[in-house]
Amino acid sequence: MSGGTRLENANPLIFQRSGERLLTSTDEDEDVADPIDVREIFDLIRSINDPEHPLSLEELNVVEQVRVNVNDEESTVSVEFTPTIPHCSMATLIGLSIKVKLLRSLPDRFKIDVHITPGTHASEDAVNKQLADKERVAAALENSQLLEVVNQCLSSRGV
Amino acid sequence: MAADNNVLLGLVEEFVSGQVDSKAADTSTGVKNGQFTVLQLVEALGVSLTSSQPQTRGRGVQLLSQVLQECYSGLSEREVEVLIAFYENRLKDHYVITPHVLRGLKALAKCSVLPPGSAVSILKSIFQDVHVQQQSLMVTERSCVYNILISLMESREEELKGLGADFIFGFVQSVDGERDPRNLLLAFQVAKNIIYRGYDLGKFVEELFEVTSCYFPIDFSPPPNDPHGITQEELILSLRAVLTGTPRFAEFLLPLIIEKMDSDVQSAKVDSMHTLAACGQTYSHKELAEFLPGLWSSIRREVFQTASERVESAGLSALSSLVSCLSRSVLNSDSEDSLQVFLNLVLKSDCQHHLCEPDLKLVWPSAKLLQAAAGASYRASLIGTQAVIPALLDQYNNRTQCAQRRTLLEVLQGFVQPTPLSRPADGVSCISTHTHEEESVLVAFQQSLCTVVFSALSETSAGLQVTATRVLTALSQQPGLLSQTDVENAVDHLTRLILEEEEAQVSLAVVECSGSLAHLHPHAFVSRMIPQLKEKILSGRVHTVMEKTLSGSLYECSGAVRRRCVAALASVSSQPSVVQESSPVLLQVLTSAHTGCCGFSVEEVIAVCISLQRIAVHARDNEAIGQFFHDIIIPRLLGLTLQAALQSKDSGHISPLTDEAVLSAIVPVISTACAALKPESASRMAAQAVSLFLDGDTSFLPENAFPSQIQPLQSQADSRGPSQLVCLLMACVCSLPRSVEIPDMDRLLVQLEDLSCTSPHLFSYTFASKCIAGLVNKRPAGAALNAVLDRVLKRVSLELEETSSTHRTQAFTLLIWVAKALLLRYHPLSTALTDKLFSLLSDSALGSLVADGFCVLMNDSPDVLNRDCHADVRIMYRQRFFTENSSKLVQGFNSAEQAKKSCYLKALSHIVNNLPREVQLTELPALLPLLLEALSCVDQGVQLSTLSCLQPVLLESPAALNTQLEALFTRLLALTTSPAMKVRMASLRCVHALSRLPEHMVMPFRARVLKALAAPLDDKKRLVRKEAVAARGEWFLLGSPGG
Repeated sequence: MSGGTRLENANPLIFQRSGERLLTSTDEDEDVADPIDVREIFDLIRSINDPEHPLSLEELNVVEQVRVNVNDEESTVSVEFTPTIPHCSMATLIGLSIKVKLLRSLPDRFKIDVHITPGTHASEDAVNKQLADKERVAAALENSQLLEVVNQCLSSRGV
Repeated sequence: MAADNNVLLGLVEEFVSGQVDSKAADTSTGVKNGQFTVLQLVEALGVSLTSSQPQTRGRGVQLLSQVLQECYSGLSEREVEVLIAFYENRLKDHYVITPHVLRGLKALAKCSVLPPGSAVSILKSIFQDVHVQQQSLMVTERSCVYNILISLMESREEELKGLGADFIFGFVQSVDGERDPRNLLLAFQVAKNIIYRGYDLGKFVEELFEVTSCYFPIDFSPPPNDPHGITQEELILSLRAVLTGTPRFAEFLLPLIIEKMDSDVQSAKVDSMHTLAACGQTYSHKELAEFLPGLWSSIRREVFQTASERVESAGLSALSSLVSCLSRSVLNSDSEDSLQVFLNLVLKSDCQHHLCEPDLKLVWPSAKLLQAAAGASYRASLIGTQAVIPALLDQYNNRTQCAQRRTLLEVLQGFVQPTPLSRPADGVSCISTHTHEEESVLVAFQQSLCTVVFSALSETSAGLQVTATRVLTALSQQPGLLSQTDVENAVDHLTRLILEEEEAQVSLAVVECSGSLAHLHPHAFVSRMIPQLKEKILSGRVHTVMEKTLSGSLYECSGAVRRRCVAALASVSSQPSVVQESSPVLLQVLTSAHTGCCGFSVEEVIAVCISLQRIAVHARDNEAIGQFFHDIIIPRLLGLTLQAALQSKDSGHISPLTDEAVLSAIVPVISTACAALKPESASRMAAQAVSLFLDGDTSFLPENAFPSQIQPLQSQADSRGPSQLVCLLMACVCSLPRSVEIPDMDRLLVQLEDLSCTSPHLFSYTFASKCIAGLVNKRPAGAALNAVLDRVLKRVSLELEETSSTHRTQAFTLLIWVAKALLLRYHPLSTALTDKLFSLLSDSALGSLVADGFCVLMNDSPDVLNRDCHADVRIMYRQRFFTENSSKLVQGFNSAEQAKKSCYLKALSHIVNNLPREVQLTELPALLPLLLEALSCVDQGVQLSTLSCLQPVLLESPAALNTQLEALFTRLLALTTSPAMKVRMASLRCVHALSRLPEHMVMPFRARVLKALAAPLDDKKRLVRKEAVAARGEWFLLGSPGG
């Protein structure tokens, strides 16, 4: 992707990674149910790779825990993501990666909403519409070139 | 002779004209056993070698070369000389013949009788007549050339050096353009030999550099089937050794490194930095001086960008290497001080500025760069700290936010922490005065640093306090830096924090810091900290009793303080003078708990025992501590527990010291201390312990107020009676060095045997069995040992055969522990006992217990029969056990009735789970069908054990899996819905591991797995969901583009 192309954002700010979630005794207690919560959703998406830099979305502050909302009982989850620059052309790809990650990782009952943090991107409306359109998302994933980039973003980070 | 000649001619004819390759071996055999000589072979080949057909000449040379490859070691000097002349001449022949000539020369190059001058002659011919990279030589022929070079360099180094620069030029021409990884490794080896063995490079320095550096940085991926086993790492390291081997390459290599550090490819950056770090080992300041600004600029940029931890750490190590190199260089009288100039560059550029920035942005990259530079040598740390520490201290005093102060303190810690290179060199002490010898680079800042640390310790921010303890620990490790007053102030601060601080992270950091300081300054802790901890632990009880009526939470609060004090006492007790003050406090807690006057709980007593054990560990390093345990602590522990056991019959108060959990906590205190005793003390300990338990001799115990006629080893109805103290006997006599003789061994074993076989109490009979096992394991082989074993095993067999016996469980317990004792030492009787255990797997009452007994056999026991207790443990006993018994287990499983099969599976799981990984991988494929059946067993314990066995093996994808995948997936996916949470998690991990098998094997299962894994995504437990997410994510990537 970046072989001969000029980097969209050559010098991003870099943020610190959060620590791992702390385990509690109730986590190991089989009699206690653990609802799906904000931290769990955040942990799913924070290690997604940025398509342009060898960094995770969390390290670039594209995703933050405060911008995740989830209601396990109502089976809804909403994620806002913040592109690093207002004209980032990777925004659609990033949103698609987040959406795919959640589709693969959450129970079918969940309704998943992924959109750009309001006011942070020039093409906010257009990107949000694409991400909300179930058929557009399905069509995108049948494009093998697009799927390849998404899968690279979702694969475990290399050394 | 005429007959032999005809045979030889026949062989030659068949090989050359008949194209029968096997005749070469026949000819070699003939030469080896003296039937022919090599020269006779040459004569026989005469017609072939002079044929007008190049193919025929090639065939003749080929036969000769193949024979030489087999027979070169037997050649005479005369023969070698003639052959070399022949081969050199053949290099001028048709190119078809060249490969065979090279193979012959390769063999001749290995001859130990190579005539003088031959090496030079061979190489001149090769360099002149063979165009290694131009004439389409195949990989193997090029390999021959390199191997010839390597052989001659090994055996005729001086002659080759006599060639001077011509040798270098010839080599450069030979290797230029080489692409094959195998040959590159050989070529790099030759180049390395040239550089490291002092060959004259002449005017070809740049050419030699060019011909090797064109491969830098290495970009190589082994082909999928990896036939040659060459790795990228191998190539990288080989090339690096060449490039960094001589300072004469510096003017070419350093610009190349700077260029590659600017590359977009991360691995190129990392390789460049590692190569630069290697340069620091061989270069001096003269080579580096010209390039330092460029190198610094590149390193700084990479560390500031923090794109990757690999790049960052490589950059920092390169910087340290540069500084270390500059510090090491001996300056000429006319040259400037390179180290000073470079450090000025480092300090005066952005780094120092960023440390003082208002918002502390980029403070961490700057700090790391400065620390890497300052940590590289003593002189660098002097220069670096003198510039940086005042700035940091100013910043600290000017900042008011705790977060910023914490950051500054963490940066400060990086400079305060000693590194090996930043200490004064040993040589300095020969010259310096005593005062100077102790001087630390931080002496000038000692007062300011202490002020900062103490004020930080007084802050309310947990992060700041934790960092302050780390800085304090680092300061204390600087020899002579802290004054007596500073140490006392530090101890007072630490004491206050232990008594007052509730935050767990701070408490832990404070205790650790106290441990470090107490090791270096024991007296300050004895005089200042321990009295206060003692008062809080002991005196506070009275108030707590009263406060308990007022507030329940206050009671808990006081308990927490006491626990911290108890933990701190253990942490600071690494020197005898401290132990002598701290352990009496702990013993007094036990005494008070026993008398019941202060209401210590069982949990608190256990915490005290844990602290005593942590102190006992230091007895391994310090004989005086061991002696103190021997003289004071162990007798007191035995006395207290004996009093408690005897008293429980009479009074209404039940002492915590009769609690099994407490006794179990005392065991490691005694065993750790006994294991570290010196022979004389150990013998005395053994005698005292045995006479106490056998004869009721309490004379060595303090407070001699025991009734007569004590019989601790007698079985009693009262579970809290003296018999449960057998665990302490075990701790004493089973931990001593093997050389210590246990008195009255036979009488002791008889008593233990009775207790083990007849006691109704699990705790007592189990520890009695362990004690017997510990003694049996160490006893020298011979008639005495055999007699004991015969008697014990006869009794065990009798009890086990009596199915109505109420003591079968006891008999089994003794059997399992004795079996373990013998297994560990490779005693021949071990086999019979193992067979007995296998037969018991089918026992309706004991089967499950026996299966779990294999866990005892295979696992390390913390309190007996381990190496710390000086047990006789042979290496690889688990592998040997598995090898000898796995087939029996499989047979037993196959012949057992259905209801009993789970016991065999459980036993097998215990055995396999404790094998080293390599053995598992080798042996497990044969057991795979059995394990698959185990997954269908209804026992969740068996399922979990089997899954634990399977998962590491699945990661290595043994070929045996191919035929079992269908069954494996069916069972694993079914277990993802198991009622047991741990089984669900383990099965999901196995499914995850299967995603890494070769794609063609698992693609058929992809759709099925993805569908099945959708359900556990909605598991009610988060830990299960997490495993499902990881597994499903990997299976989605399988076979998908970019995956």
